[in-house]
Amino acid sequence: MSDETFLKIDHVSKRFGAVLAVDDADLAIRRGEFFSLLGPSGCGKTTLLRIIAGFEFPDLGEILFEGVRMTDEPANRRPSNMVFQSYAIFPHLNVSDNIAYGLRKERLDKATLKRRVLDALAMIKLEGFETRRADELSGGQRQRVALARALVLKPKVLLLDEPLGALDRRLREAMQLELRALQKSLGITFVFVTHDQEEALSMSDRVAVMSAGRVLQVATPRVLYESPNCREVADFIGQMNFFAGRIVARDGTQARVELGPLGQTSLAIDGPVGSEILVALRPEKIVLSADARSNSVKGNVAALAYLGERSHYSIAVEGLKETIFVADQNSAKSPIRGLAGGDVVYLSWSPDALVVLPWSL
Amino acid sequence: MRKGPSRVGLFAYAILYLAFLYVPVLFLPLFSLNDSVFIAFPLSGFTTQWYEAMLSDDAMLRALRNSLEVGTATALLSTLLGLLTAKALTQFRVPGSAALLGFTSLPLFIPDIVLGISLLILLDAANLPLSLLSVIAGHTLICVPFAITVLLSRLEGFDKSLEEASRDLGENAWMSFWRVTFPLALPGIISSLLLTFIVSFDEFLIAYFLAGNEATLPIYIWSQLRFPYKLPEVLALGAAILIASTLLVVFAEWLRSRGLEDRKHIMVGA
Repeated sequence: MSDETFLKIDHVSKRFGAVLAVDDADLAIRRGEFFSLLGPSGCGKTTLLRIIAGFEFPDLGEILFEGVRMTDEPANRRPSNMVFQSYAIFPHLNVSDNIAYGLRKERLDKATLKRRVLDALAMIKLEGFETRRADELSGGQRQRVALARALVLKPKVLLLDEPLGALDRRLREAMQLELRALQKSLGITFVFVTHDQEEALSMSDRVAVMSAGRVLQVATPRVLYESPNCREVADFIGQMNFFAGRIVARDGTQARVELGPLGQTSLAIDGPVGSEILVALRPEKIVLSADARSNSVKGNVAALAYLGERSHYSIAVEGLKETIFVADQNSAKSPIRGLAGGDVVYLSWSPDALVVLPWSL
Repeated sequence: MRKGPSRVGLFAYAILYLAFLYVPVLFLPLFSLNDSVFIAFPLSGFTTQWYEAMLSDDAMLRALRNSLEVGTATALLSTLLGLLTAKALTQFRVPGSAALLGFTSLPLFIPDIVLGISLLILLDAANLPLSLLSVIAGHTLICVPFAITVLLSRLEGFDKSLEEASRDLGENAWMSFWRVTFPLALPGIISSLLLTFIVSFDEFLIAYFLAGNEATLPIYIWSQLRFPYKLPEVLALGAAILIASTLLVVFAEWLRSRGLEDRKHIMVGA
């Protein structure tokens, strides 16, 4: 993957009436990148995708493809193609004619046209479906046709608007792998809109997390999960425990942080003594044990759920309003197998598992 | 056991209802083939002379041609206007679209005789001559609401992203209309053409006020009713029109049901 900026979304804002759908989005998408826009419904991710596609035009900001300003160009004059959420397969055309739709302008001879369509069909593994009508296709097949119809035009950027949302779980997981493999082999930049964080994490090179029109964080899946930059991102990606903390002492770069009933810990953070901080801890980074260890915190099992390969526990700790959420693998050597509600349990974690967040809430 | 309305009673009602609707109409072809000037039983014998007389009646043929011309022009004009209106109403969030729709369908609720007289006064005041053109204008006025209704219901169910997909695949707005919207709306367009044609072909009052020296077929038939010996010829004409319009209606209905089937497919895609 090269580092050059391929698609620049330069401080784009878009307002619909009283709603600020996209609020100063500033993204630099790289060539050949699988880039996801992730967020809950209504966060502006689809609007931003439609601005990139040329169906909506920003009130402020610019869209640049390879440095060329495309802000005011309509969709038919942009080097991007789109896979719609509804797939938008033309119901009056068969599969071949759907795929060949955009090739009309290339004025190909019949043989070349046919070869391009057959190649596209082979790519999506729908050989033999040339004359099927749109209504004779399953959801997964329609999605493949929509994909072929866009990719046959060899776009510089493929835009995908929640393309897997309508598929059942098994098919969705298969398509995730297939889409990812297709993107790698074609080397085309994908911009993928989804509200499914697992999908975004498993498929993307980088993810932009959006909320209420704003881009909160742009990072690789690992960084998003391990080092979220704000409470909203930490909360939206996976499960997270939040604790209020306060710096009580400082020794150079190390600060001594008081976490209320959880005791004190040393963290490498800025800030004067006395400042309030927010600390986050992933459920699977907490170790449960039956006996007290050094720096462990005593709690009671308030609730538990057995999920097969792992179990989820809600642990009540005296002095904390909210229970602590813990995920534990049900491995053979787990020291706490057979834990029941009300049991006393000790929690411990490594200090580097703690993520310090700005106080946004 | 619960006693519902008797099946025999309902069946008899249905038969009577259908008979009331269609038996009088069937007298038309029957007497048009009867060898007598008088419309009365018993039948006196089979003849095709009234059809021959009809085909050699120049005034009648002229009226028929006028009606076909007016009907065709009205159908094309009102369907075009209806298509533009329906497209605008379904594609954009038009402010006050409900009021707009109400206004466009108002002519349906104004008695034709009121429309006819007011148009006559208007044309007179504007110093415009009465001709088939003024009939076309009057008929278009009453036909546009029909066209809008038919086309609106056709366009309403479309997945809006179909046209966007066409734009995205490189076609401009005009070509997207021709390659996507038009073929999908075609069943609606055809049934709108047929419906508006029949409304115009059938219309008497407005044509009567606005036709000037020309006559459309309904005006001609009306004028012939004064001459009893002409009646069988009018019956022959009526029978011919009946058969032609039955075929048209069957064709339109077939198209409409096919259109509904298409719609289901589009809805699945939505």
